[in-house]
Order: sequence, then C-alpha cells, then structure tokens
Amino acid sequence: MTTVTLTINGNQVSREVEPRLLLVHYIREELNLTGTHIGCDTTSCGACTILVDGKAIKSCTMFAVQAAGRNLETIEGVAKDSLHPLQEGFWEKHGLQCGYCTPGMIMTAKAFLAENPDPTEDEIRWAISGNLCRCTGYTNIVESIRYAAQKLRQPEEKVAS
Amino acid sequence: MIPAKFEYFAPSTLKDALSLLSEHGSSAKILAGGQSLIPAMRFRLAQPEILIDINRIEGLEYIREDNGHLAIGALTREAALDKSELVRQKYPLLADTCRVIADPLVRNMATLGGNLAHSDPANDHPATVLSYGAKIVAVGPNGERTIEIDDFFTGLFENSLAPNEILKEIQIPTPPSGSGGAYLKLERKVGDYAVVAVAVQLTMDGDVCKTARIGLTNVAAVPMRAKAAEALLIGKVLDEATIGEAGKAAAAECDPSGDLRGPVEYKRDMVRVIVKRAIHKAMQRARGEI
Repeated sequence: MTTVTLTINGNQVSREVEPRLLLVHYIREELNLTGTHIGCDTTSCGACTILVDGKAIKSCTMFAVQAAGRNLETIEGVAKDSLHPLQEGFWEKHGLQCGYCTPGMIMTAKAFLAENPDPTEDEIRWAISGNLCRCTGYTNIVESIRYAAQKLRQPEEKVAS
Repeated sequence: MIPAKFEYFAPSTLKDALSLLSEHGSSAKILAGGQSLIPAMRFRLAQPEILIDINRIEGLEYIREDNGHLAIGALTREAALDKSELVRQKYPLLADTCRVIADPLVRNMATLGGNLAHSDPANDHPATVLSYGAKIVAVGPNGERTIEIDDFFTGLFENSLAPNEILKEIQIPTPPSGSGGAYLKLERKVGDYAVVAVAVQLTMDGDVCKTARIGLTNVAAVPMRAKAAEALLIGKVLDEATIGEAGKAAAAECDPSGDLRGPVEYKRDMVRVIVKRAIHKAMQRARGEI
C-alpha cells in the first residue's frame, strides 16, 4: 500500500491505496466524488476526464500514485457561488441529453477555453474529439461551449441567444 | 478492468531509474505517458511486476535544435510537440503526425519516447521517424549510445533497446533547404489506429527528387519503409506517372493483415492512394507552395 496525498477541488486529501488503483477509482470510490464517470474503460470515451495541474486527462488511464502531490479538479469543483458559465451554457443551450458524457465534456472544455478563449466552431470540435456523446448531441454541446466562451470573455453582457 | 498487482517506483533521477532497471531486469517496465501501457495492463496483456515511473525525473521534456538536428526529450508530450512553433515551421511531417495520434486528451499525457519504445507498428510515430532517418539515444548503466532508426525496430512490439536501457532522446536531422514532408492518416474515427497511414520526407532540386524516404503505418508486423517506392522517386522528375508507380510499388511491398479495419486488398489499395497523396503534399511543401 502507498499513501497518495493530493489536492482536489482545493482540498487536500490522503488515502492509503494499492499502486494499481486507477485515478478514476480513487476519485469515485475513495473520495466518493462520483461526478467523474466511467464510460468505456478503454481510454476511448473521455467520460472520466479531469484536470491534473490544469491539463485535461483521462483519469481511467493514470494510476492514483502518479497523481500524488498534484492539483486536481473534477466537475464537483467547477461551480463556485453559482453555476460556471460552462454549466450555464449546457443548461441554456441544451448541451446534454442523458448527461453521461457531460462532466468530461465540461472538464475538457474548461482546459480548452483557458488556452483558447475565442475559439472557432472547428477548434471546439477538435478540442472535444476525445469525448464521445452516445446521444450524438454534438451540435448543442458545441453551442454550449461557444456560449461559455462568450460569457467568460464578456461576463457582464447578456449572451445573444 | 483492474491491472494485476505490481510494485511501483517513482525515481527522481535517471541514475536511480537505471539502477532499478538493472536490478529488476525484464520483470520491470518503464512508465512514461502510460497511454498504451496502462490500457495493456488493464486488459492484462502486460503484467509487469515492477513499474518504474519516469515522470518525476526532471529534464526529459524538451524540444531544441542543436548540431544539425532537432533533439526531443523522451518524455516530451504529443501536445507539446503539437504546440511547438519550431516543429510547425521546420518539421511539418512531425507536426502532421502529432496532431492525429489518438485524441487531444491522450496527447496531453502521451510521449514521443513512449510511442517509439512501445514499437507498435500501428502507432503513428515509427513511420515518421523512419522517414526522417532519425536517431535514438539510449542510456544504460555504461552510458549513452546512439541507434540509427533503421536498426531500431526489430519485431512486433520489439526494438533494439537492451532490457537495462532507457530511451532518452530522439534526434531528427534538420532537413536541408528544398525539403518537405507530410503524414497522411486514413482512420475510421478520431482515436482509432490507422487503417493505413503514410509518412513521406523528400528533398527536391527543382522538379527532380534528390532524396526520398517513405514510412508506412499499420500495414506490416514491424514498422517499415517502402524502399521500392523510394527507389522509384530518387533522381526522377516527380510527374504523375512516377508518383503513380511509387504508389503501386508501396502497395506491393507492404504486408497488411485483414481485420475490422478492412481486408488485405482494400488496405493495399489505400496504401497506393495515400502514398500518392502524401508524395504530392510533401512535394508542395518542399517547393514552398503550401
């Protein structure tokens, strides 16, 4: 067993785990943060996407021990006093149907918009190409991310609908 | 899917990683980006007893030009290669390749060194480094040695690294003026392995091809060069007929297996087509047209 201490959504946590424990299982089963989903279990779908030191990664393809000392963010850490513009965007633009891919989509989009605050539609589609939506609701997911991008750039102005 | 048990080490120096590797030999695996190794461990296709995580070692992530080549640290992430202006400007074949490997999330973790050390003929980088005539710098208990890329890939998932060596750096010769390259991948969807992919690196003197190297992805058990196709190009004016003959030669010399991505006949014909297109694109880049 190994002690894995890390920061997640601003809180420091520590658990004794086996080295073979995957990061997604550490998050869901040790920390009970079940907003991070497991979809395909084969590094394909992106439902388990979280941020590690600001970078979007698939938490099913990293061991918890690798994340020791790192700064993690999951969907539970996205809303502060009110919904994050991305969450608001998914609400306003109907960016989710079953909702299973949504946490991963939002985490991917959050890292992407931090690097590219004013993306084109093609750039958004490129950014989410590692996240699968089985409902195939991509059009509205792209719209939701565009909404968030605009809102993040101009927080005071009403976003055109 | 849960991997088998293993013992985990995260050394902070290359020296410590090498002593661990010498101590544990072939029961140990090096963990770089882990984007091939961890899925293989989850399917229990790989069950290393010891995992040596090299991500805590400083100084293995860099992209710099020196002594006539581009030196890339083994732990350099695909995303870093994709964002590098130097790579985009002067190494378009490499830039093409690192944009089509897996997906953007995987590329935040995946490394060039890991991709090559894994030596999967379905991976995209082997064809590219074969086309560049790259060199691999390996470090072992007795110091460093340089391996020519043509001597590196020895079998399916096999290469000429010794069990006590770590891949440290990849060196890509800086192409002379009049050079151009391209990587074209036919894939069913983002994140899938190539049905067929082709890397081409050319040097042109006007309309005449001075040097040509062509690498093929996922159409043989070992990453391969299309040497018969290369020979048809060198010293020739690259007109439509010559390029067409090179495509046919590559289709004949590859050795694909039929699988869920298509039967052998289809893959061979796609090699013919994609080789032609990649030559055209490399030639346009060599002439500065695109």
